[in-house]
Amino acid sequence: MDTTDIAASGRSFSKGLGFRKSLMTLAASVMLATSAQAATPSTAEVNTTGLAVTDDTVTVGILHSITGTMAISEIGSVQAEKLAIDQINASGGVLGRQIDFVQEDGASDWPTFAEKSRKLLRQDNVAAIFGAWTSASRKAVLPVMEQYNGMLYYPTFYEGLEQSPNVVYTGQEATQQILASLNWAAETKGAKSFYLLGSDYIWPRTSNKIARKHIEDKLGLKVSGEEYYPLGHTQFNSVINKIKLKKPDVIFASVVGGSNVAFYKQMKAAGIDFTDEKPLLLTISVTEDEIRGIGGENVDGIYASMKYFQSLENANNKEFVAAFKEAYGDDMVIGDVTQAAYLGPWLWKAAVEKAGSFDIDKIREEFAGIEFKKAPEGYVRIHENHHLWSKTRIGQAQTDGQYKVVFETEELMEPDPFPEGYQ
Amino acid sequence: MFDGYTSSELMSIFAMQGFAGLSLFSVFVLMALGLTIIFGQMGVINMAHGEFMILGAYTTYLTSGFFQSYLPGLFGGYFFVAMILAFLVCAALGALVEWLMIRHLYHRPLDTLLATWGLSLIMQQAYRSIFGAREVGVELPEWMLGAFQVTDLVELPINGLFVMIIALSIAVGLYLLMYRSGYGKKVRAVVQNRPMAEAVGINSAGIDRATFALGCGIAGVAGAAFTMIGSTGPSSGQAYIVDTFLVVVFGGAQSLIGTIVSAFGISQAQSTMEFFLSGSMAKVLTLLFVIGILMLRPEGLMALKVRR
Amino acid sequence: MKTSSPMKWFVSREGLYYLGLAALLVVILPLILDPFRLNMVGKYLTYAFVAIGLVMCWGKAGILSLGQGVFFGLGGYCMAMFLKLEASTPEATAIQSTPGIPDFMDWNQLTELPWFWEPFHSFSFTLLAVIGVPVLLAFVIGLAMFTRRVGGVYFAIITQAIAAVLTILIIGQQGFTGGVNGITDLQTLKGWDIRTDEARNILYFVCVGMLFLVLFVARFVQNSKLGRILVAMNAQETRVRFSGYDVAAFKIFVFCLAAAFAGVGGAMFTLIVGFMSPSFIGIVGSIEMVIFCALGGRLSILGAVYGALLVNAAKSGFSESFPELWPFAMGALFIGVVLAFPNGMAGLYQTYVMPLEDKIFKRKKVEAVAAAEPEATKPVAKKTDDYDPMIDSYSPEKS
Repeated sequence: MDTTDIAASGRSFSKGLGFRKSLMTLAASVMLATSAQAATPSTAEVNTTGLAVTDDTVTVGILHSITGTMAISEIGSVQAEKLAIDQINASGGVLGRQIDFVQEDGASDWPTFAEKSRKLLRQDNVAAIFGAWTSASRKAVLPVMEQYNGMLYYPTFYEGLEQSPNVVYTGQEATQQILASLNWAAETKGAKSFYLLGSDYIWPRTSNKIARKHIEDKLGLKVSGEEYYPLGHTQFNSVINKIKLKKPDVIFASVVGGSNVAFYKQMKAAGIDFTDEKPLLLTISVTEDEIRGIGGENVDGIYASMKYFQSLENANNKEFVAAFKEAYGDDMVIGDVTQAAYLGPWLWKAAVEKAGSFDIDKIREEFAGIEFKKAPEGYVRIHENHHLWSKTRIGQAQTDGQYKVVFETEELMEPDPFPEGYQ
Repeated sequence: MFDGYTSSELMSIFAMQGFAGLSLFSVFVLMALGLTIIFGQMGVINMAHGEFMILGAYTTYLTSGFFQSYLPGLFGGYFFVAMILAFLVCAALGALVEWLMIRHLYHRPLDTLLATWGLSLIMQQAYRSIFGAREVGVELPEWMLGAFQVTDLVELPINGLFVMIIALSIAVGLYLLMYRSGYGKKVRAVVQNRPMAEAVGINSAGIDRATFALGCGIAGVAGAAFTMIGSTGPSSGQAYIVDTFLVVVFGGAQSLIGTIVSAFGISQAQSTMEFFLSGSMAKVLTLLFVIGILMLRPEGLMALKVRR
Repeated sequence: MKTSSPMKWFVSREGLYYLGLAALLVVILPLILDPFRLNMVGKYLTYAFVAIGLVMCWGKAGILSLGQGVFFGLGGYCMAMFLKLEASTPEATAIQSTPGIPDFMDWNQLTELPWFWEPFHSFSFTLLAVIGVPVLLAFVIGLAMFTRRVGGVYFAIITQAIAAVLTILIIGQQGFTGGVNGITDLQTLKGWDIRTDEARNILYFVCVGMLFLVLFVARFVQNSKLGRILVAMNAQETRVRFSGYDVAAFKIFVFCLAAAFAGVGGAMFTLIVGFMSPSFIGIVGSIEMVIFCALGGRLSILGAVYGALLVNAAKSGFSESFPELWPFAMGALFIGVVLAFPNGMAGLYQTYVMPLEDKIFKRKKVEAVAAAEPEATKPVAKKTDDYDPMIDSYSPEKS
């Protein structure tokens, strides 16, 4: 099936039927990836732990912030998860059951995340939760997941140092995202010195810690500065001056949220043209989503290290992008996390079907080695540590807000949440 | 940290750091002026000040979209139109808010704080419903991007200069309005003694509404200016609110000059410390420093002398 | 209030209000709610501690603090530090490079426990600190501000700035504090698993018990001479000062009292929810606490409890069914309460329900009615700031 078919059929997405039919054909190809279920097994057989599974439906939870400061980032994940659920339903559901979802709002507040996850597990008995975005919200949800034996599919690239039996991490952990790109900067771009800059919380700090170890110990190069600003900070002129003074070859940036906009606008205004690559800016926090707020002209020429860019050239991704735009509008952009969120329901479906059961404990045993060949990023496989094998890619931002992929690792990077020698 | 640099390099860095301090200063002035009028002249605490700024920013965003689609030839000048529109939109909403809400609360200043906080929640969610939860990118005309090359190392950002000019013109304009016009005289009369002002025939309710609208309008212009240096999203306004209040309180609430002096002091302290310390610590120390001085001079730097 | 015997008090109108609340919290809610919802009510009640403090400090004495979240947070963090140390035994943290310290310290390359964590190995010290740390901070702030006669709006904004400073500090010093994640994954209290349903139920009742303790302390203070001075200060600070009272000392006292209440609430929060996060310390959290108090009725300590319960129940309910709408509802609530019902639910109750009660109670409780009637029949439009439906007022003929 080619993309024009998808596009044409997707127009009736809201009405449902036409889109569904054509998705059925798409689904046929998807189903090949997993073992297709012939008949619908009985509920008593596939659900021994009292999850919300009936003879023809199964209920899952979606838990993201749709209000508050994090809504900016998390909306894309919600959209991707809903899209994946719709597509799975159109292709016949999971073990013959249509997926219903209960959506809860974490309201950008970590205790609310804990409360809502408890509600989803205790009251709604959901079979899986797709959600959480910031590390803080994941940390808040984690004890609840472990206590009530839920399963969280967490989409964001994050700092690692965690490996819970009740979480599947569909984004990259820090070493997957960072190491290859630092090597690339040193080898391809001949970088000798790095300036580490981030927002002041755990993910930038841990990422920079790993980056510093790698730069100093493994590459034998120099870190010329490391700096953190409070979340939401909007004045970066001082650090820009410091950067001008130190003249690093690479600025390694992990600034997040609204601060990003201020940072890149002020860099641009201070006369730094990123296309000159003096200094080169390498970020791990600016996806296509963020560029919409920053403005393509302000980030023209920066490099980002991620596993997914909207511009990836492969058939899976073309289908995914087309379906996403049909569902949510042509002006949508898709960032790394949005794609990772899209993987969640599909990986869950694959695991459920491999286990032949919705039971969390049975699914967990099947995780290692589960593949998703239709992943927009190409191909992913679950490692026994519940993270995904994935490639590291480097893209260069263009004025239209898209990244042009300039580098990708040959092999899938092994997830290593507790990296030896980087502690 | 200065080893291995020539003295001319150091000079340029210091010059640019001075400029960084000045642009922070102009940002503070822009944020605080609208609030000074409302808080200082009327005693009303407008917690929705940040949201009014963002309204100005969204107005700019819409204007830029309009010019791009319908008047691409005039795009270079859209910003001036946007600033005027931002002022008008925010002032109109401000007048409405004053009429619906604030005028009932003049004798209860602490309650204005709660009510306007509620207003800010509503405005934020309204932005989220209308413009989406994501930040919007406001495109700037080409001439506003980039920097003046003064020497090899010293580059002054054009939009920084532009913000500075806006801040100064508004400050001067406001000064003239408050101290050299009939309207300003009436405002000051109402501030100093409301019953007497009413007794000599000043329409104090009208003055209040105009003042509140003026303050909100200035917030709108500030918001328009901030699209050049910051983000425009539903909750971006909150990032400014604590700083803004501190600037106003530190300056002495009823004094325009005080606000400007305090904006200068805080911005210089912060940008100097940011250069030598990490960003987070600089922020903490600046806030502590301001709190400390406020404990010594609770009425701010330049307060009206009142008997207590 | 002349409480000649406790029994008499219980059948007085005020006593019945307390009994009503106790019946609701101890009997009705546990019967109709499942453990999950009951746990949520417990969480809401922890906010009520702050709201009661705000009634004392804002409603009575006129000091609006926008930084009560700071004290709530400090109390909560003290408890969380103790629980975290208990959870971080060398066996449980064997995979860390330094076993025996909390996990987030290990992630931040700390190799030994910071000095200020050490005392939190002791439970009795922790209990002391839960109240002591917030009170100490409140005392320092109060001493600096009130002796210099900083008040009103200025005080509100300065407390707000303090909240901002503390948030940045806690988030920035993540090696010592857990940063933006907060202190998570708390498991046991002296070996007792606090995560089971049974434990959560018990904690709920402990929380209710503490709440009543705080209510009685607050009631004692407001009915004492001290309480009257506070109200007098709010109305006519200068006159009180000229009468020879040290206004600053009274203000410091009530501010510390509110901080102590908030600290207890924070500690209960940590126990009930199972972690502590810096999000309460910030400005948003602190202002929300003010609205709990305002909705309940800024002059009524019982109203504050109902306010905290109702706002949070509404928030949870709204955000489950219409997540996009709840900020609108919340904002409207703020504006509505301030504009239309400045005395909150307690004020409404007093205007509309109390006259009905009076009719029923008229013959039976002559004494109580006699005290309440002059107030209840007064039109609310008049300056209503200085009376409270829940207590006998400090009307001149009584003092």
